[in-house]
Amino acid sequence: MEISKLTAVELGKKIKSGELKVTDVTKAYLDRIEKLEKDIKAFVTVDAENAMEQAKEIQGKIDSGELSSPLAGVPVAIKDNMCTEGMLTSCSSKILSNFIPTYTADAVLALKSAGTVIIGKTNMDEFAMGSTSETSYYGATKNPWDLSKVPGGSSGGSAAAVAAELAPYALGSDTGGSIRQPAAFCGVTGIKPTYGRVSRYGLIAYGSSLDQIGPIAKDVTDCAAILEIICRHDPKDSTSYNENMDYIGDGITDKGSDFMSALVDDVKGMKIGIPRDYFGEGIDEDVKKNVLAAADILREKGAVIEEFDLGMVEYAIPAYYIIASAEASSNLERFDGVKYGYRTAEYNDLHNMYKKSRSEGFGPEVQRRIMLGSFVLSSGYYDAYYVKALKTKALIKKAFDDAFAKYDVILGPVAPTTAPKIGESLSDPLKMYLGDIYTVSVNLAGIPGISLPCGFDKNGMPVGLQLLGQTFDEKSVIRAAYSFECSRKYERPALLAERGL
Amino acid sequence: MSKTYETVIGLEVHVELATKTKIFCGCSTEFGGAPNTHTCPVCTGMPGSLPVLNKAVVEKAIAVGLATNCNITRNCKFDRKNYFYPDNPQNYQISQLYYPICRDGKVEIEVEGKKKFVRIHEIHMEEDAGKLVHDPFTDSSLVDFNRSGVPLIEIVSEPDMRSAEEVIAYLEKLRLIIQYLGASDCKLNEGSMRADVNLSVRELGSEKFGTRTETKNLNSFKAIARAIENERERQIDLIESGEKVIQETRRWDDTKEYSYPMRSKEDAQDYRYFPDPDLVPIIISDEWMESIRAAQPELRDEKRIRYREEYDIPEYDIDIITGSKKMADIFEETISLGASPKKVSNWLMVETMRLMKEHELDADELKFSAKNLAALIDLVEAKTINGTVAKEVFEKIFTDDIDPEKYVEENGLKTVNDSGALTKTIEEIVAANPKSVEDYKSGKEKAIGFLVGQTMKAMQGKADPGEVNRILKEILSK
Amino acid sequence: MVITDETIEYVGILAKLELSDEAREQAKKDMSNMLDYVSKLNELDTDNVPAMSHAFPVKNVFREDAVTNGDDREQLLSNAPEQKDGCYKVPKTFD
Repeated sequence: MEISKLTAVELGKKIKSGELKVTDVTKAYLDRIEKLEKDIKAFVTVDAENAMEQAKEIQGKIDSGELSSPLAGVPVAIKDNMCTEGMLTSCSSKILSNFIPTYTADAVLALKSAGTVIIGKTNMDEFAMGSTSETSYYGATKNPWDLSKVPGGSSGGSAAAVAAELAPYALGSDTGGSIRQPAAFCGVTGIKPTYGRVSRYGLIAYGSSLDQIGPIAKDVTDCAAILEIICRHDPKDSTSYNENMDYIGDGITDKGSDFMSALVDDVKGMKIGIPRDYFGEGIDEDVKKNVLAAADILREKGAVIEEFDLGMVEYAIPAYYIIASAEASSNLERFDGVKYGYRTAEYNDLHNMYKKSRSEGFGPEVQRRIMLGSFVLSSGYYDAYYVKALKTKALIKKAFDDAFAKYDVILGPVAPTTAPKIGESLSDPLKMYLGDIYTVSVNLAGIPGISLPCGFDKNGMPVGLQLLGQTFDEKSVIRAAYSFECSRKYERPALLAERGL
Repeated sequence: MSKTYETVIGLEVHVELATKTKIFCGCSTEFGGAPNTHTCPVCTGMPGSLPVLNKAVVEKAIAVGLATNCNITRNCKFDRKNYFYPDNPQNYQISQLYYPICRDGKVEIEVEGKKKFVRIHEIHMEEDAGKLVHDPFTDSSLVDFNRSGVPLIEIVSEPDMRSAEEVIAYLEKLRLIIQYLGASDCKLNEGSMRADVNLSVRELGSEKFGTRTETKNLNSFKAIARAIENERERQIDLIESGEKVIQETRRWDDTKEYSYPMRSKEDAQDYRYFPDPDLVPIIISDEWMESIRAAQPELRDEKRIRYREEYDIPEYDIDIITGSKKMADIFEETISLGASPKKVSNWLMVETMRLMKEHELDADELKFSAKNLAALIDLVEAKTINGTVAKEVFEKIFTDDIDPEKYVEENGLKTVNDSGALTKTIEEIVAANPKSVEDYKSGKEKAIGFLVGQTMKAMQGKADPGEVNRILKEILSK
Repeated sequence: MVITDETIEYVGILAKLELSDEAREQAKKDMSNMLDYVSKLNELDTDNVPAMSHAFPVKNVFREDAVTNGDDREQLLSNAPEQKDGCYKVPKTFD
């Protein structure tokens, strides 16, 4: 039996039954990292010694019956923008390249108390700003399907680690598509939950009103199992969902967080809408073909599928970049060389220290967004840009609300293309931003979305299918995704077989 | 002939709210403590940390708003004010710009018998910054975040004041309202109340406001008065010499008695306010607001009216006693223990005021308990001690809050009520002072005073002077 | 929208970023392109649309006023680039 071919839930079962030892599983992944990491560069930090210690301790707790979660003993890789006590948390930035948090993100704490083994921290676009994982201070992560291509971003390290089986699953974060798009580019599955489902405490903020942590794994079942663990109310995050809140009922229904109960291969009567405006100019023919073929499969299984006009699609990216950049410009002010992180070596006064530390510590894409964000919030421009974007956000939310009045799930592509070549995107930022067209509106509306593999383009690169649900209705999304997934088999990157891994 | 100018003043008053914890985290707000010992990831701006609002802050802010006749903003929000400074760990301060919790209030002030209203533009909630200390050994600055995140309200007045006296009256008024509410101790010298002065001058009769400056770092009423006078003259001098007043923030140096501009070229003063996405709106229901209103204690103006009706004490005493929440509390509590209002008022107005002056204390700093003052009054009533001894005992109550009964007992200060012993002493005094006796008998009534004094001296003060007088007259009339 | 040197200088002061001459030219171009692009929002009539900060109406999330934190000074300071006497040390700062 090859450990790495198993899903996280399968591993959990075998660990629980005693068929596999946590230490053996952890060792198996560490060995694979040893062999593949130099080509993939999925990680910023791998702490083998610490992982093995955790593994021993967790095995003890499983043996004593103290731990019983479905993922107890299963290793996980954590995106490097989630704080982990005592372990470097860099956001793939020079400015945090020496930052050792004294606390752990709530989502990671939830996993720890479920008995998962943290194997390392994954690479990402610096401060989650990017769609390619090339802006990392630690260098670009490679796509396991084609090492000359990007894994997507910003959770590219997490997606590549899962695809290359360097970890059975990972946590990512999604501000404008940062879980869904790399999952699509790497042929794995990722969920961005409804905003507020997973605590943001300990997640180093990019766009606070948009950021959400979610799982990246090999299949829908794993994602549902992980989400059940990390989704919980956290009093440390004011925007964390609390089932006692009175906005529930105010036109909003919580469909529940028993996500694994939605793993049912049955979409009979489910109403699925396909936005016509997702298939316009700029979409790759192979992407379109595979996504529409996925819709056909769901139709054959009994779903009621129709095309409709969602509207507002072309306004999502401008609104997103204004809001995300504005929030980022403020969120990233705390990196100033005073309390933690990088401080420039030489400076002549306070403001010079600020400017030099930040200019040397942040990469170009981060600086670009900070400057844009500072500008749109500055005196005289606030209403024209920021307020306008917040109003646009309201219109986008309304477009989704109207759609979900008619449909249970919205189906479309994750990205207009498959993974581009490394180095191709950064030269034209605006063009790169346009690749987020199908993902950013989901964050603006706060709704849940899943990305799962649905085929390949002519070059053999994975194509992602995106399914979206209404606020707090992850379960419809999971059900539709699971039903589709049952019709196809998981495919591993050819590289793994080539390397005998 | 020189022109006549009018001073136009508005105030921004920061008040530290008396909560146990900071506004957005569970760190203690306790004053003092070694640097950075009251800090956590939230109030030091650690990456990934998030603010969660302290409910008591909102309730205290609403209480102040209601007591200053403000409209309460039923849907209020927090905004981020972005600026880089090392005492500001996130490099943005969480404050309120767009939807402050209170708006459009007013309070009445009285200066030299003239009453007027000062309007309140708004009251908003915000977090305090940390503290910067210059380190002379390394010529650098050291940052202590213990105060970072301590809750503040900022009370912004309209430019309705015209003199330093009006400013002080307004500040006194605010201080009393807030102290009575228990929302803050409002100590200017400790920084729990801070006032920034916005001042401009214009020719008397002019409708248009002049260019205003903001003066900070005012730590006492005296400093405020000095700074106002100084800034007024500075602006008039500029105008008279044909120069322009620049709109700027100035820092007052009270020892050198002058102010200087604060900002460097690296400060654009463009705070890029926007709603803080980490915090959610505060919706204030009728029920919530009314429950805060219902819990509002009696404020000074109401107290004054009640004192007038209930207690037969002079208006002047009422003013002094209600002029401090602390003193009014002692007054009422002592009465509730059975003492007569007149006697209590007397102790407060005479001995307490004298000792406060001697010890350089404010009424807010009084430490003695009503229980011990009431017991002292009882001892005097029962003639267990006489007035002179009582004053001596009160000094101990004032400084150490001692139990007067115990103290009198232990120090043998009881009045000697054994009339046999007293009569004997008086007979001795009469015998020893034939001249005075003669004077008295020949009609010099005053001479008896000397004999009373001599007797008291012989009794080491522990006699009731009334009783001494009575026995003396009896003996002398024989 | 044309971004001038003054604008970039001003944004640099706000954002505490110092650009090399080369980076400055690039930043002017990038920001200009981006602002032209996002001006697409002006096509929308949003006069009667409320600005939406939160995607759904979360409200009134509070903590009770109870001390929950102890003293984490040493831990928190462990990340400071420079510290002295239990404080974060910074270049001389005038108030």
